[in-house]
Amino acid sequence: MNSSLEILTALAADPEGLLPARNQMALSLGWHIILACFGVAFPAMIFVVHRRGVVKGDADALELARRWSKVSAVLFAIGAVSGTVLSFEMGLLWPGLMGPFGDVLGLPFAFEGLAFFVEAIFLGIYLYGWGRLAPRVHLLTLLPMMAAGVVGSFCVLAVNAWMNNPTGFRYVDGEVTDVDPWAAMFNDGVWLMFAHMWVGAFVVVGFAVSGVYAAGLLRGRRDRHHRLGFMVPFVFATVAALAQPLVGHVLGLRLAETQPAKLAAFELAETTEQPAPLRLGGVLIDGEFRYGIEIPKVGSLIARNSLGKPVPGLDTVPEDERPPVNLTHLAFQAMVGLGTLLAALGLLFWAARWRGIELLERRWYLRCAVAAGPLAAIALEAGWIATEVGRQPWVVYGVLRTTEAAGESPWIWWSLTGTIVVYAGMTVGAIVVLRSMARRWRAGEHDLPSPYAPGSPELEESSR
Amino acid sequence: MSIELAVAAALFAGVVLYAVFGGADFGSGFFDAIAGGSRRGAEVRTLIDHSIGPVWEANHVWLIYVLVTWWTAFPETFAAAMTTLAVPLMLALLGIVLRGASFAFRKYAATLAQARLFGVVFAGSSLITPFFLGAVAGAIASGRVPAEGGGDLFSSWLTPTSLFGGLIAVGTCAFLAGTFLVADAGRSGDPALADQLRRRTLGVGVVTGAVVFAALLPLRADAPTLFEGLTGRAVPLMVLSAVAGAATLALLWRRRDGLARVTAVTAVGSVVLGWGVGQYPWILVDEVTITEAAGATATLQGLLFAVGLAAVIVVPALALLFRMTQTDPRH
Repeated sequence: MNSSLEILTALAADPEGLLPARNQMALSLGWHIILACFGVAFPAMIFVVHRRGVVKGDADALELARRWSKVSAVLFAIGAVSGTVLSFEMGLLWPGLMGPFGDVLGLPFAFEGLAFFVEAIFLGIYLYGWGRLAPRVHLLTLLPMMAAGVVGSFCVLAVNAWMNNPTGFRYVDGEVTDVDPWAAMFNDGVWLMFAHMWVGAFVVVGFAVSGVYAAGLLRGRRDRHHRLGFMVPFVFATVAALAQPLVGHVLGLRLAETQPAKLAAFELAETTEQPAPLRLGGVLIDGEFRYGIEIPKVGSLIARNSLGKPVPGLDTVPEDERPPVNLTHLAFQAMVGLGTLLAALGLLFWAARWRGIELLERRWYLRCAVAAGPLAAIALEAGWIATEVGRQPWVVYGVLRTTEAAGESPWIWWSLTGTIVVYAGMTVGAIVVLRSMARRWRAGEHDLPSPYAPGSPELEESSR
Repeated sequence: MSIELAVAAALFAGVVLYAVFGGADFGSGFFDAIAGGSRRGAEVRTLIDHSIGPVWEANHVWLIYVLVTWWTAFPETFAAAMTTLAVPLMLALLGIVLRGASFAFRKYAATLAQARLFGVVFAGSSLITPFFLGAVAGAIASGRVPAEGGGDLFSSWLTPTSLFGGLIAVGTCAFLAGTFLVADAGRSGDPALADQLRRRTLGVGVVTGAVVFAALLPLRADAPTLFEGLTGRAVPLMVLSAVAGAATLALLWRRRDGLARVTAVTAVGSVVLGWGVGQYPWILVDEVTITEAAGATATLQGLLFAVGLAAVIVVPALALLFRMTQTDPRH
């Protein structure tokens, strides 16, 4: 009774804009992040097939590059506008963060802007270059896009890593002083967080694209086009999915020192234990671990790389500085579980092939490969939920609370409603258009002329 | 020049470039909207696809550049403007999202019915965004954004200056788009289409020019600080804008379409620059000056480094893209 009263008072004390702002940020960021992955990883895959087409004269590969570039044109457009939404939201939703800390965290965004510029310009050149540029020059215009993907994701992750490991300023009596934007940008967390996200982008896009061709193979389209379309992204996906557990593990090892509350939530540790068990699944209800499996000692091994070292518990964290543990824990384990599954799926394919078994001939495997696309996306989202919710109640860890960053704006409920409607519409639009593009390609169309162009058959018919 | 002023100049250069290049992309939505039915408008719509398709995303990044530079260099004024002008900013953002998505969707739509739906959204949203961004500019320039933010959500921008700001933005965007489309139509070997667009662009140019100078009347009372700047320090730019605007009309009339692009860009660029010079030294007029608003010096230095990188990396690449798309005869 007492605790629920406390929660009620806490809720009443929250600024009016907090809850809708959180939801709107989560929706728009969670939506954009999938497209950002395509911006980062897709150009590399297009480069591989395009290069094969140009250098080896492989017509199937060149056709894949041509189609993928059209798909990336659609994805980049909605990625660009949904990224713009985030720029506006920084100020609209979190004025209490951007006002005092804009000059601390802003510099990486400036470099991210440069990367976005390079990517947009060279995407324009690449798309326009088909049939206009010399084939090898045309191929090379993909390289700046790939470089921009690396720089851009590093910069965005620099800001997020700074929110988790704030440095490069002093915060005295609510005033920010001694700002060093470079120290903020190159904070201790940035390299590993960047690596984790960058590899994650290849996991998502690799499995998503290969899944599309796995679906075609399942429907009996067993030509070379589909096999190549499956194989290239699948190689990227496998390498990334196998590297990711290692990167994630090294990243996780930092947490005991840097963000013990987040680690306690990941591990669902009520008290500090030495050695700590691994709690698989389950939730914490009134301090009791329920509905999950407890495996002794393994928690210490995973979180600390040692069977002896302790995992800090929530009891070491003041009550008003604890994140929502159950959501953080479940999201974290969903990410780890799905990531492991995807790595196993990739490994299985190549191990079987080494033993002379071609899993592309097995329908059960193709079904798994189709499911891997959405599962990779869920793993990515779960990872973001884990790290973002695990940072709460802070927006800048240990410095600024999320409640202080939100505005006093009742209108954000309206903007949240609008955001839901617009993003639902954009999702439907993208799916309808991408599916119809695939259908037209299958029907033998090549250039996909627009139906409203002068002389288009449909236009002639409609005016008759 | 102080470092604060240098960064403010770099920021405002982004505003001018966005107004000119991003503006031309948005303005093409106006010609899409008035192109007529599917059959009658087929040529114009296809021309617009060719014309802005390869460049609109790159031009759009100037807006990101402006936002990022603003919140990094002058963070408290950014928060103040965002909290005060949330309504027009969100409507502008809605237009940005719908414009970009529907433009990409329309190009690859499978059926005419789908393309029509996306086309209506594209054309409508292309008008919304410049209007509300112009209204935002008007609110800042007429001193409606309090330094501490949280100004009134509606009365801050439902003013004569914001209304005229919005109308001028829509007009200048359409005028720029028109001159670019006329030249593109001519280059693609369609003089009839070029002449149709020419007539419409001349009409837009006359109306927009009239609105720009009519706006000076209510400005005297509604935005005295800006008015003083525009009729004082910024007079050379306003004159340049008027001369270049008139020259554009004359050049279009005499079918010198290539040159008309240059004068149109000059006319619009100088009127936007005139606004910046007119409200100097304020960043939020009558509330906060550029120097007062500036963040940490180390950050401003870092930003100037980023701007330098942009000049070295982005400008040549952008020039390459424009050269490709603006000189290619095979439209």
